[in-house]
Amino acid sequence: MHPLVELTHVEKHYGDLHVLKDINLKVDKGEVLVVVGPSGSGKSTMCRTINRLETIDSGDIRIDGKPLPQEGKELANLRAEVGMVFQSFNLFANKTILENVTLAPIKVRHMNKKEAEDLAMDLLARVGVDSQANKMPSQLSGGQQQRVAIARALAMRPKVMLFDEPTSALDPEMVNEVLDVMVELAHEGMTMICVTHEMGFARKVANRVVFMADGRILEQSSPDEFFENPQTDRAKDFLSKILTH
Amino acid sequence: MMESFLMLFAQYDIPRAFLVNIELTLWSALFSMVLGTVLVMMRISPISSLRTVAGGYVEFFKNMPLTIIMVFMVLGAFGQLKLSFSDTFATNFFWLAVTGLSLYTAAFVCESLRSGINTVPLGQAEAARALGLGFMQSATEIILPQAFRGSVAPLGNTLIALLKNSTVAAAASVSTETSSLMSEMIEYHPDVIVSIFMIFAFGYVILIIPIGMLTTYLSNKLAVRR
Repeated sequence: MHPLVELTHVEKHYGDLHVLKDINLKVDKGEVLVVVGPSGSGKSTMCRTINRLETIDSGDIRIDGKPLPQEGKELANLRAEVGMVFQSFNLFANKTILENVTLAPIKVRHMNKKEAEDLAMDLLARVGVDSQANKMPSQLSGGQQQRVAIARALAMRPKVMLFDEPTSALDPEMVNEVLDVMVELAHEGMTMICVTHEMGFARKVANRVVFMADGRILEQSSPDEFFENPQTDRAKDFLSKILTH
Repeated sequence: MMESFLMLFAQYDIPRAFLVNIELTLWSALFSMVLGTVLVMMRISPISSLRTVAGGYVEFFKNMPLTIIMVFMVLGAFGQLKLSFSDTFATNFFWLAVTGLSLYTAAFVCESLRSGINTVPLGQAEAARALGLGFMQSATEIILPQAFRGSVAPLGNTLIALLKNSTVAAAASVSTETSSLMSEMIEYHPDVIVSIFMIFAFGYVILIIPIGMLTTYLSNKLAVRR
């Protein structure tokens, strides 16, 4: 049984900056992984390499046993299987909420319009924004937009969902509505890789917490283990800074 | 003064000359829009040879005086290379002028659209790619629709420049358009030269002001809300 997502000896540079250093990571089906670490530690970059929004210099990334293809049709097919939620929502500004969710099922999965709309309305209802279906993204609050973005990704029935700091751009009172949706997804058995600063979320639903600093994975352990008994000084220092209040 | 205007309007079909320029403009706007869109898609495509070709095209035509292109259309494309649209001289020269104007204006349409593409946040393309949409699907569904709406103002300016540039069609032997007619009128009525200039100057101002107003209006109305 191979892992659903597997990164082996992944290296990446931005010019002189070595942003990913020998990253090795395995994520099993149904696992919820939370990636934490100081900013600039490479967590977002790592997350983005998994659907090749960032290319890597060397190493190997496999989704469901298959290596990540180069550009082209094959890569597009792979991306369709990996849902992604961005920090800045990135809803299509020229499409309604409903169209945002139906676009990829229609264009990529060749679903017919009616079927796609039914699916979209189901998903929008699940994330609690079905009443906004005919509005434009700019008419929604940040929290609502992010929930739509999650529904949009789910409409492709992905094998794994990547969350790249999904609550970092939200007003504090909207963070929970998005986290609630993510918690629900985790309970339903979705495989998730979440880059986040929400430690409460990590404690509550993560199977494993991955701690990154300076482009390296320094620790991987259960949330209890990580929060109560961090092994490295870097992690202790990080936790002392964020958990003091 | 009034008398000279009346005399000139009676003797020459001035509106018809303007109509020729409007026709040149509309056809060239259509073709340059199509070609400019193709060029801008090439410029943002993942294939580097297409980007190079489109970049080269834009640099070439953007930096080439229009008169040279128009004269080339007649003496080079038609005279030497035997490119002909019609056996009727006037029709042939009209379409040669449209070709020259379109090739030239397409470079500016491409640049206008590219400025529009720069108004589309990178995240829009990333979200499209992350969902599995290919380059053409992302371009036609997400990027270009927003880019068009973000480039109404520069496209309007390009259209205004095109209408004024259509007078260079005289260099491509389109003898019925405004600048040809103006030269003819000046030749026969040098005594009312100021009136003649005023007719054509105001003619263009009257045509162009509404275009500017319309593009300003559309630019606000169509702006993508983010």
